[in-house]
Amino acid sequence: MSKKTLMAGNIAIAEGAILAGCQAYFGYPITPQNEILEHMSKRMPEEGRVFVQTESELAAINMVYGAAAAGCRAMTSTSSPGFSLEQEGISYMSGAELPGVIVNVMRGGPGLGNIGGAQGDYFQSAKGGGHGDYRVINLAPASVQEMMDLTMLAFELADKYRNPVVVLADGFLGQAMEPVVMREPVTELPSKPWAITGALGRAKNIINSFEMDPVNFPPRVKLLLRKFKKMRRNEVRYEGLNLGDASLVIVAYGSASRSALTAMKMARQEGIPVGLLRPITLFPFPYEALSNLAQRINDFLVAELSSGQFIEDVKLAVGLDKRVALVNQYGGVPLLAEEILEAIEKMIKQPVGG
Amino acid sequence: MTKFSISELDTVLYHRPESLEDYPFHFCPGCGHGIVFRLIAEIVDELNIKERAVCVACVGCSVNSYHYFNFDGLESAHGRAPAVATAIKRCHPHLVPFTYQGDGDLAAIGTAEIVHACARGENITTIFVNNAVYGMTGGQMAPTTLVGMYSTSTPGGRKPSLSGYPIRVCEMLSTLDGTAYVARVSVHNPAAVRKTKQAIKLAFRTQLANLGMSLVEVLSPCPVNWRLEPVKALEWLVKHMLPQYPLGEFKVIEAVAALKKGDRLCTKK
Ligand SMILES: Cc1ncc(C[n+]2csc(CCOP(=O)(O)OP(=O)(O)O)c2C)c(N)n1
Repeated sequence: MSKKTLMAGNIAIAEGAILAGCQAYFGYPITPQNEILEHMSKRMPEEGRVFVQTESELAAINMVYGAAAAGCRAMTSTSSPGFSLEQEGISYMSGAELPGVIVNVMRGGPGLGNIGGAQGDYFQSAKGGGHGDYRVINLAPASVQEMMDLTMLAFELADKYRNPVVVLADGFLGQAMEPVVMREPVTELPSKPWAITGALGRAKNIINSFEMDPVNFPPRVKLLLRKFKKMRRNEVRYEGLNLGDASLVIVAYGSASRSALTAMKMARQEGIPVGLLRPITLFPFPYEALSNLAQRINDFLVAELSSGQFIEDVKLAVGLDKRVALVNQYGGVPLLAEEILEAIEKMIKQPVGG
Repeated sequence: MTKFSISELDTVLYHRPESLEDYPFHFCPGCGHGIVFRLIAEIVDELNIKERAVCVACVGCSVNSYHYFNFDGLESAHGRAPAVATAIKRCHPHLVPFTYQGDGDLAAIGTAEIVHACARGENITTIFVNNAVYGMTGGQMAPTTLVGMYSTSTPGGRKPSLSGYPIRVCEMLSTLDGTAYVARVSVHNPAAVRKTKQAIKLAFRTQLANLGMSLVEVLSPCPVNWRLEPVKALEWLVKHMLPQYPLGEFKVIEAVAALKKGDRLCTKK
């Protein structure tokens, strides 16, 4: 059996980035993800890699842009208000086809909100978030192990598609301590002949997302759209539990799915056949998996730490003729398994059409 | 009429620098940007750094920088060029990234990025073109617009009571310990252009010697947005901008002064 190390979620993200060959980290302090910045301030120089504590999240994302343009694996980490500031930069990265990893350990909002965990950035993160027609892959970990694994995957997918990738975690996971199996470090990084490395022995490289004449721009957008289509085809990830005999399926991601898992077990002890579908990618969203489930299941219970954002995609997937109920918390407080169980009991007691 | 081929002439006195593409500038008649681009290209050739130079373009009239230069270049979001250049330099210290920024880009939306690049003493170079207006968006007030000056967003002239005072960027940034070389120059006549070239060259050499942040502010005419004919615009620059923005060197750390002194010794012999 491989050795396990007890680790906090935020540290697992930082170590995952280092294992994935992250060459440059840029960040600005914000709770509840400061441990990532602090850990990187020590580890990156130790590894001979770049670390800069920036003057703002604007600077951080634009440094990620610069490092990515220079052909390096680069990352920033932040929490919700900082993520809002980074949207322009993420749009530029997608427009200029630059890979890069943005970690958002979500907290309560809107506004300054609070430092509790939440999932209120769902729309902003899964639907693009900044200006223009673009998408970014969103990976949503639900355990400390996944904080590490999905951070590593984020770097791989960013390079594969030359597009930013978001790791969308939340404050509860960031602080959670769990045993983690350490992964092997990535030793071979992809070559990037397009990068800004100096025009030595080759024609000059240009990285931009600007066309003076509007008629020249749609081809670039089309190129991006083709990539997003490929992501939808190839990168959908989710986990299904107890779906075979389920008459009700909870749909939840991230730390909400942890409470959902407990609620599912409790319900089964009461003899209620409940299943769980946990999207791991929020973009691309597992529409197909859900719509397939909807062929034989009528009841879906969405558990989220936001005020009804994630549920919109579930409804879109299962169709309007299904019962889709919401059980949630928002603003930085956790959703308890008991609350979800209560919602399950209420839902099955309610006659269809009632 | 006699036609000369290049080989028939003894010396070529003027040619396109290798670092400048045969690509049309998009600038209006009488604009100063084109002069600055040519100077940078000449300097990159002379310092033999075409294979290492990286132009970090800003958002403004100079947005197309990377098309004009014949070396690597990239775009940055409005105001963020110093952050982009910081990352490039940190990742590849052998590269020679420089930002090319307008006054709206550097002194308004991007104030934090330039101040902190200077404070960190990033080993990068900034060419800062001050034309006292937002050129690209049609002549609105810039942070450098003079008191009383007309712009499309200060209809009766800039009033301090309403829109405050112009920022003297060199004076402000030279107070930061991370800056190694800070100078203000102008392109209003050939002598001034030559001084501009000297300053920009020294800025690049500051970076090549790993001495820290170098910044050259270039006062530059914008006849179209100033609503003046090109020659009148130059006169206006001398009359109104020079008193507000005195030319000169605002920060020359000892090591940079030593670079300069070395130059003088070389030219003497
Ligand atoms: C975030 C953002 N805000 C505003 C703009 C619009 N914009 C483009 S260029 C510019 C001002 C450019 O003026 P300056 O930096 O002085 O350069 P110049 O065009 O005069 O050379 C503005 C406001 C933008 N592109 N992005």
